[in-house]
Amino acid sequence: MADEVILLDYWPSMFGMRTKIALAEKGVKYEYKETDPWVKTPLLIEMNPIHKKIPVLIHNGKPICESLIQLEYIDEVWSDAYTILPSDPFQKSQARFWADFIDKKFYDPSWKVWATMGEELVAAKKELLEHFKTLETELGDKPYYGGEVFGYVDIALMGYYSWFKAMEKFGEFSIETEFPKLTTWTKRCLERESVVKALADSDRIIEYVHVMRKKFGAE
Amino acid sequence: MATEDVKLIGSWASVYVMRARIALHLKSISYEFLQETYGSKSELLLKSNPVHKKMPVLIHADKPVCESNIIVHYIDEAWNSSGPSILPSHPYDRAIARFWAAYIDDQWFISVRSILTAQGDEEKKAAIAQVEERTKLLEKAFNDCSQGKPFFNGDHIGYLDIALGSFLGWWRVVELDANHKFLDETKTPSLVKWAERFCDDPAVKPIMPEITKLAEFARKLFPKPQA
Repeated sequence: MADEVILLDYWPSMFGMRTKIALAEKGVKYEYKETDPWVKTPLLIEMNPIHKKIPVLIHNGKPICESLIQLEYIDEVWSDAYTILPSDPFQKSQARFWADFIDKKFYDPSWKVWATMGEELVAAKKELLEHFKTLETELGDKPYYGGEVFGYVDIALMGYYSWFKAMEKFGEFSIETEFPKLTTWTKRCLERESVVKALADSDRIIEYVHVMRKKFGAE
Repeated sequence: MATEDVKLIGSWASVYVMRARIALHLKSISYEFLQETYGSKSELLLKSNPVHKKMPVLIHADKPVCESNIIVHYIDEAWNSSGPSILPSHPYDRAIARFWAAYIDDQWFISVRSILTAQGDEEKKAAIAQVEERTKLLEKAFNDCSQGKPFFNGDHIGYLDIALGSFLGWWRVVELDANHKFLDETKTPSLVKWAERFCDDPAVKPIMPEITKLAEFARKLFPKPQA
């Protein structure tokens, strides 16, 4: 019986982009269903009753929620192709640590930098730059976060790439100037078809951000 | 079996440290428990976890692993041939266990903690209501995951049991503070029985802190405003 794979996702979601990259890297065929998370459709509520958020990966009718959990699931199920996570337990723990850092620390200032004003914006910008610096230092001179091979942390962070231009515009900084190693790394990742096809256009994201800023009262 | 160089930086009171200790006990791994002094952070902690500067940190052959759920995964994988498996074997069951473990940390615990930090009765009532609602979800999750067996993981304790069970001491302290039972035979019958079994497990019993000692520590961590 052929696998049935469906992805409920919303075009600007950095989390959905991760899952799309992973599915493409593994050569998994799937049906993409554009799902606006602000509109709680019956399918979204049925598949993610706890959070009612996207992305939701549905494999043979069974939902898997949370993008990093989806990445591990995809790696474990489609295990004969290239691997997303390293096989060595220690290397794996380091990959998980950095992906966790991205979601726990980097995520909040990454949206506050375009959604807030005044003191909150100043604090968000400072924090965002600190976390970019940490990520730049961790990458160092390696081609990818895991070393020679494109993997879990690269996917976790490249999911945010479409939003970098918006962060730069509203945070008033340049990633290329401040973080040269990250810049080289992004260019390397952008050579991958899986990444290019998964990402949203950065200018379209900026248009979307303007709409969201109006909603949050930031403009 | 060769002696391994395993150290754990932590504290007797920490839920997150407990997770690592339970996992180590399940795998029968000897380790040196390096307890931090409340109010300060050791050089070793700051050096081993420069990003978050928090415990627990597992140091295995001089290599540090941070974040409790990541440590539990690491212990399961590095010592995969000793003791029972901590993560379920099927990828879908693993995804479900990881989902609920993340829910416990990101949603459920935040509301439990807000009971202890609540200022005034209204805030406390709202926090209690939220914990009630979220605990009901965990009761259902238990029934779905356990499929009639004694633990979330089935016949023996595993990742999700550890993720939630490590909170049981603090849960009891919060119940005493709020004067409200969240684990209750009528509202959460499955979780009540599971909690007893979990605390009785040989990997858990020796390290579950005493409630009175924990309550005293809680008063230090969350002082009540002066009248």
